[in-house]
Amino acid sequence: MKIIALKHFYSLSRSWMYYSAALCFLLGVYGLSMGFWGVPPDYQQGEAFRIIYLHVPAAFLSLGIYVFIGIQSMIFLIWRIKLCDLLAANSVGIGATFTLIVLITGALWGKPMWGSGWVWDARLSSELILFFLYIGLSGLRQAIPSRMPAAQASAILSVIGLVDIPIIHFSVQWWATLHQGPSLSQFSKPTIDPMMLYPLIAMIFSFFFFYVSLLIFKTRISIAEEKALL
Amino acid sequence: MKLRLNTRQRYRLYSLLALMICSGLAVYLVILALKENMNFFFSPQEFSSLKPKVGTRLRIGGMVKKQSIIRAEGLKIEFVITDFKSELKVQYTGVVPDLFKEGQGVVVSGIFQDPHLLIADEILAKHDERYMPMPIERSVNR
Repeated sequence: MKIIALKHFYSLSRSWMYYSAALCFLLGVYGLSMGFWGVPPDYQQGEAFRIIYLHVPAAFLSLGIYVFIGIQSMIFLIWRIKLCDLLAANSVGIGATFTLIVLITGALWGKPMWGSGWVWDARLSSELILFFLYIGLSGLRQAIPSRMPAAQASAILSVIGLVDIPIIHFSVQWWATLHQGPSLSQFSKPTIDPMMLYPLIAMIFSFFFFYVSLLIFKTRISIAEEKALL
Repeated sequence: MKLRLNTRQRYRLYSLLALMICSGLAVYLVILALKENMNFFFSPQEFSSLKPKVGTRLRIGGMVKKQSIIRAEGLKIEFVITDFKSELKVQYTGVVPDLFKEGQGVVVSGIFQDPHLLIADEILAKHDERYMPMPIERSVNR
């Protein structure tokens, strides 16, 4: 539990950051090379399906980062651990960017495949709302001048917004949507051929390690700023 | 930070849980109020049980019935959309998505004309979540 002290996190996290960056790079090289060249075209979508290797990992991360922000916010609200607030604050920008990537790659994929770059179905609409939540979190924190109230307000907003996550995830199962159902779910066999699946899993982890190393990098800067202000 | 909570921390935990429950309840009620509107389209089956008035704008999702595509001059196309329980004829003038073919999932949006005919102004292809490599001979012949 020493880790929650900022100075311990600062020294321990340095190597984690470099290892994460290395893993991100290695998995990314495998995932992108296989995904964009190695894997054969899809029986139904042809070459265009390859954008899945950006779209799906970004989607996993956009949801996962928000859940992480929610958990950090809850811990912060109950125990007032400063590191949790720093981790949450530094995750918002990364999460928002991944959400934007999902929406844009989705539109680029949908226009040729579906015939439309955007529809107001449950999946797309709830993901757009998630993007607005991220922007709102950032705006709220910046709008409040004093440190502690800003942190508390952001934490509360992020917990309120957590309800969007299961909606996004289950939208394709609960309602009729244009977006297709899940190809990867916890309980059933994947509907993706293994040859196409392994680079996809690699990309998901690559994006994840990218997030981890960037988060640690940003948090270490925040910790250094704290030290400088004291 | 021990996992045993003191009074203040327990109070905060309960407030947090109450907040989450309230937010969940609020969203649940909103979704309940929206009812059918959360759905992007009706299936042909739901369409026939709804019996909408002529002139209503609708979105119907289903599959293009085998051997039902009739292409007329220009970009006119006529086909039948089905969910194997009920079906509906669709007329459309324009370019259809690349994936459009017999047996393909589609979502058509348009005005319901006379019984059993929809004049569509938008056709979207809906594909499933399966991803498989193309069979080798087909990719060579493409």
